[in-house]
Amino acid sequence: MSGALAKPVMRGMLAKRLRFHLIAAFSLAIGIAATFKFAVAEPRKRAYAEFYKKYDAAKEFEAMREAGVFVSARPTGK
Amino acid sequence: MMASRVVSLLSKRAISTSVCMRGHGVAKVEEYSLPSYFDRRESPLPDVRFLKHLTPEQQSLKAKEKGSWVALSNDEKVELYRISFNQSFAEMNKGSSEWKSVIGGILFFMGFTGFVVLWQKQFMYGEIPHTFSEDWISRQSQRMLDMRINPVEGFSSKWDYDKKEWKK
Repeated sequence: MSGALAKPVMRGMLAKRLRFHLIAAFSLAIGIAATFKFAVAEPRKRAYAEFYKKYDAAKEFEAMREAGVFVSARPTGK
Repeated sequence: MMASRVVSLLSKRAISTSVCMRGHGVAKVEEYSLPSYFDRRESPLPDVRFLKHLTPEQQSLKAKEKGSWVALSNDEKVELYRISFNQSFAEMNKGSSEWKSVIGGILFFMGFTGFVVLWQKQFMYGEIPHTFSEDWISRQSQRMLDMRINPVEGFSSKWDYDKKEWKK
């Protein structure tokens, strides 16, 4: 046998592929979910919490009323 | 077979039409309805050999194959392989540079579409609605700020209501 090749892989190909892809799939899924949670969801929750800490609904209403956006609460005066 | 023998007894004519030999009006077997050879990674052993008609040397080689395989030389083994198969797995799985042409073609036609769109804007489309005028947009934006559109993270959150200007 001149220049005989190495014996190719005969068994366990599906198992090997499955192992690789299962690990990859789970890590990617969990990683992307975690990234989204900490990059998008948590900051957004904090932003809303901060906004409503100092939110004065009555004051905002009066400001909007004076700007003339309401139909049933027209601006005061005149 | 019996029918053809009866016909030859009754009429002294030789049986020449193939319809008679095959039976009563059975259709001619087309080549494409027979099992075919194919090179495919997912089903490694096709139904038939690659080479249908063997030369006399190949036929003698096939006869030698019936004996002990130790007696076959390496070249004879390769020849037997090539009789049975067209491309080896390495050959059929080999990649090509076709993807470069495909990507190039895609990008080229996307570029061409750009020209088409330019022509359409110039010659086909009419005026855009009046609601896109600068004056309308500015009045619209002011009204959005008055209504406090998206005050937490969106439009109105970028406006400073005390200084009456966009936040830096």
